[in-house]
Amino acid sequence: MDILVSSVVAGVLIGMVLALVALGLTIIFGVMDIVNFAHGEFLMLGMYTGLLTADATGMDPLLGIPVAAVVGYLLGIACYWGFIRFLLRGPMVAQLLGTFGLMLLLRNLALLLFGSEDRGVNAGLLVGKSVAFGMGVIVPATKLAAAALSLVSFAAVWLLMNRTRVGKALTATALNAQAARYMGIPTERMNALAWGIGGATVTVAGALIVNFWSVNPYVGLLFTMIAFTIVALGGFGSVPGALAAGIVVGLLMEIPGIWDFVAYATEWDWMMDVPVTSFKYTFVYLAYFVIMVVRPRGLFGWKH
Amino acid sequence: MTAPLLTVRGLVVRYGKLTVLHGIDLEVFPGETVCVVGANGAGKSTLLKAIMGAAPVSGGEIRFDGKPVAGLATEEVVSRGLVYVPEGRMLFGPLSVEENLRLGAYVVRDEQRVQENLERVYALFPRLEERRHQAAATLSGGEQQMVAIGRGLMSGPKVLMLDEPSLGLAPKLVDEVLETVDTLKAQGMTILLVEQTVREALEIADRGYALQSGRIVVSGPGRDLLEDDRLRSAYLGL
Ligand SMILES: Nc1ncnc2c1ncn2[C@@H]1O[C@H](COP(=O)(O)OP(=O)(O)OP(=O)(O)O)[C@@H](O)[C@H]1O
Ligand SMILES: [Mg+2]
Repeated sequence: MDILVSSVVAGVLIGMVLALVALGLTIIFGVMDIVNFAHGEFLMLGMYTGLLTADATGMDPLLGIPVAAVVGYLLGIACYWGFIRFLLRGPMVAQLLGTFGLMLLLRNLALLLFGSEDRGVNAGLLVGKSVAFGMGVIVPATKLAAAALSLVSFAAVWLLMNRTRVGKALTATALNAQAARYMGIPTERMNALAWGIGGATVTVAGALIVNFWSVNPYVGLLFTMIAFTIVALGGFGSVPGALAAGIVVGLLMEIPGIWDFVAYATEWDWMMDVPVTSFKYTFVYLAYFVIMVVRPRGLFGWKH
Repeated sequence: MTAPLLTVRGLVVRYGKLTVLHGIDLEVFPGETVCVVGANGAGKSTLLKAIMGAAPVSGGEIRFDGKPVAGLATEEVVSRGLVYVPEGRMLFGPLSVEENLRLGAYVVRDEQRVQENLERVYALFPRLEERRHQAAATLSGGEQQMVAIGRGLMSGPKVLMLDEPSLGLAPKLVDEVLETVDTLKAQGMTILLVEQTVREALEIADRGYALQSGRIVVSGPGRDLLEDDRLRSAYLGL
């Protein structure tokens, strides 16, 4: 029983963080119908930002979060004005190859700057501590904080999108950019803002994740794939959908734990013999594949 | 005589090799209602879009309120007080009536003024107030057109350009829409109207222009246009 509850709790917590990872991807897609293959690379840079801020200042890695938000926001805006803006005028294939190129550029830049070895946070306020919830559920403090701060970030973005003038303008741009221009909304600036928010949220997610996950320049791809799955599941462009889908994907990643629980409970030897832990991400990719085949518009609907 | 609020001189619009407007001259004076009529594909929407900076201007000039506006971004034109209610309405479907209206006031920063304009629109279209929380996409065609016009009024424009507001509506609703235009005219609004319901539109208008294959073929007071043989044969089938 302990394993089951632990797995579910762990899945929900990591799911909240993964939802934040995907949030920017879904916002950017929602506003300008462009798929950002470099999304995971933004996350990787967020991880390095958190790590290096802690290293450089000797402060807690959690303090790297606001720094990561600023870096991600500026990076997103710069990518839009310097690069993406031109891609939008081109054909679909140019957009795909363009953001793919951005991915390679950022990855190799990271290799050049930070080297290829794995690096992690090994000291900090929360590192190594854990919180016991009873029923045998013990959660590392870093993961608990990451989940909580992800929820806070999510709520902040939701409020920005739904309760502010600029957020409404962003929504209008997503729904119909030409109509938005007829309202006097500067849609180019809205696109840039979407990249800024997208960049900031995913780098914040990176700065949260680096507290319990080591970073190297190649770590982005895994998260890009996970984010794609979440966006497909939650509906392209849907903010609440991303949160729900993030939690679902978090639970999918905990299937090995649940598997172990079933194996022990039933004492089925064949289940214990399957090295299911090595297939942790297979379930995520499998889900992505199934969604794409069965319901390409996403399980929770579409932006329109 | 007062200066025109909107002046178009020798306007040329090309899409690639296709020339859609071959040098249009048009003026709208303050308080006037001007109607542009013409067959499908004549270039009426293109004319309005070019004025809004939403179609490529390859020649001529456009002046609004004494200043050139050709080459400006659409949002800049809007903030100067020139508003376009597009053909086909282009509402933000999933958003509520009130959210749509408020987006029409995006360029107005003063919340007090937004509130006043909202009340004016609700006074003009009481139906919209009843349905303020309903998603725009779920309204009837006539109600959607009210939202489109109301949204255009929300920024308190100096000139309102309406592109076929009666498009796709039942005859009774067509009359209602044109009555609304008449009401706005009576309130002193300056209007540039594009219509296919030629007879009714020209009766409301102070002046009219007939557009054929990208050229103005007739212009003059609305009632004179209705009498014009060229127009009668070409568009009214009389
Ligand atoms: N974006 C575009 N690219 C190429 N050609 C265009 C474009 N927009 C309009 N045209 C062409 O310009 C011509 C005029 O179009 P426009 O929409 O201005 O006509 P209209 O008078 O408004 O017609 P309708 O009454 O059907 O709305 C048409 O032949 C159309 O095919
Ligand atoms: Mg038209």
